[in-house]
Amino acid sequence: MTGGRSLAPRRPIFPLLTALLLATLVASVFLGRYPRPYWTPPRLLWEDPLARQLILNLRLPRVIVACLLGMVLSVAGSVLQMLFRNPLVEPGFLGVSQGAAFGAALAIIVLGARSLALQGVAAFFALGGLLLSYALARHIRYGGWTLRLILAGIAVSALFSAGVGLLKYVADPLTQLPELVFWLLGALWSVTWTDALAFLPIALVALTVALLMRWRLNVLSLDDAIAISLGSAPARERALLLILVVAATAAGVAIAGIVGWVGLIVPQFARRLFGADARHALPGALLLGGIFGLVCDNIARVTFAGEVPLGIVTSLLGAVLFALSMVLPTRTDAAA
Amino acid sequence: MNPSTIALDQVVFDYEDHRHRAKALFDGLTLEIPAGTVTAILGPNGSGKTTLLHLILGILAPDAGVVLLAHRPREQYSRRDLGQLVGLVSQNEYLPFNFTVLEYVLLGRAPHLQLLQTPGQKDVAIARRVLTEIGLNHLAQRSIQSLSGGERQLVMIARALAQQPRILLLDEPTSHLDLANQERVLATLAQQAEQGVTVAFTTHEPNQAAAVASFVVLMRAGQVLHAGPMADVVSAPYLTATYGVPVEVVEVKGRRFVVPGREG
Repeated sequence: MTGGRSLAPRRPIFPLLTALLLATLVASVFLGRYPRPYWTPPRLLWEDPLARQLILNLRLPRVIVACLLGMVLSVAGSVLQMLFRNPLVEPGFLGVSQGAAFGAALAIIVLGARSLALQGVAAFFALGGLLLSYALARHIRYGGWTLRLILAGIAVSALFSAGVGLLKYVADPLTQLPELVFWLLGALWSVTWTDALAFLPIALVALTVALLMRWRLNVLSLDDAIAISLGSAPARERALLLILVVAATAAGVAIAGIVGWVGLIVPQFARRLFGADARHALPGALLLGGIFGLVCDNIARVTFAGEVPLGIVTSLLGAVLFALSMVLPTRTDAAA
Repeated sequence: MNPSTIALDQVVFDYEDHRHRAKALFDGLTLEIPAGTVTAILGPNGSGKTTLLHLILGILAPDAGVVLLAHRPREQYSRRDLGQLVGLVSQNEYLPFNFTVLEYVLLGRAPHLQLLQTPGQKDVAIARRVLTEIGLNHLAQRSIQSLSGGERQLVMIARALAQQPRILLLDEPTSHLDLANQERVLATLAQQAEQGVTVAFTTHEPNQAAAVASFVVLMRAGQVLHAGPMADVVSAPYLTATYGVPVEVVEVKGRRFVVPGREG
């Protein structure tokens, strides 16, 4: 048969990507619109107290969150795709994103402006969305476990979507609605050190465990019967990974709002670059995700005088890349 | 009894039908598969062959009765120990991700590794040795989705062999293969049995059993009709009872062939 090209992992890319991520990270700190559009010269760190304040207190936490968010969404996407044995799954499945959106909307309407309470409520409903999907899936009486979870996730997401629609409808169009819409589009403009430090621990734990279990993920992507015959306890191991990546995603969504496409498109590209084996594809998705998060947020905050919501940038870039990836000839990474 | 024997004693297993009513599939199934043989579990579709394999592996738990592996009740094994003892090749395994052949065969090393461990040089060497043994080393870097049906099935077997199991279970390993690949797969099974692995495979095709098995289990509707050496069990009266249609057994060049017989 044709098409049997070597799929050996291209490992020399790793140092290159790591360097690129670090360069993007450093450059992002100096990209901005002060004192003039696009670039803040590093010497201003010493010379201009306002620039120093701006960089250390506003830009730095935001850049860290953008990078971590990209990593978390990408790794979560990779993990979910392998756990659900479906290369088209992303963290928006299982009612997580819509649950968070509903929680945030509720907080904006009931509790008023953005606050830590908003993040707490959003995270609470994100996890609630997962638990509800899980509980519903257990009671669906047909189909395999994966199909049942995905069906339950669709139902739960739709439920929360309806709730968000209702809250939009009753929101005060002058005060609450703009904030609600902006949050639903996803944005990092209000990120503080408090947000960054709240996000950091859960993000690091989830990323570390996922990376440590990266080879095991391959086993968990096999049929249940085969995974069991290979000495794995798929239900338990999947639950552990699922809870961790969803908790990290919920924490990210609580800060940033709905940032779509990252968790779908980055894992796809990582598999194209590094092959299907998660030993290479998962670290690849981590690095690419960090870069993607930074680049998208830089575009969102630097391009125009006013902020473009991050979710719009990720959707735009994600959709274009996704379309390109389907049209351009590459080796297949997913069964039809 | 040899240490790699499989034995089922009075196993009861109910399944839920589409109306969620419990129906008995096995009602006191007793069976012993001798060590070091190639055993064919032969029977029409729906006779419970796959369920039997899943009960042996603990993917399904019996409602009553005992499954013994190497003299020990199966529940006494940890998942990992069981993974080191028994390998499984299932029917039409679906692979959503396009691993290379070597990456996939390496997954067979999972029961020998800890939860967070990744395979090392020794595991790669074992995976490569298995591929060489069954003549597929030249495919090591190929993507699994680019393989032909026969190559793919052999790669699935290679993954199970990389587990270095003492018992190898296969569910319909030849069902979608052409003649040449059927022979390749069956020859691989015979070769494993010669090396001391206990091989048991399900099939609904009596000629497969006659070709390679030394021990044959005839199943129908959740019951073992006959179990014994191939020469005794692959016979016209037994197969006629199993399949419900008249069959004849003919011998060509020392090999038995089963052909549908004529009425009367």
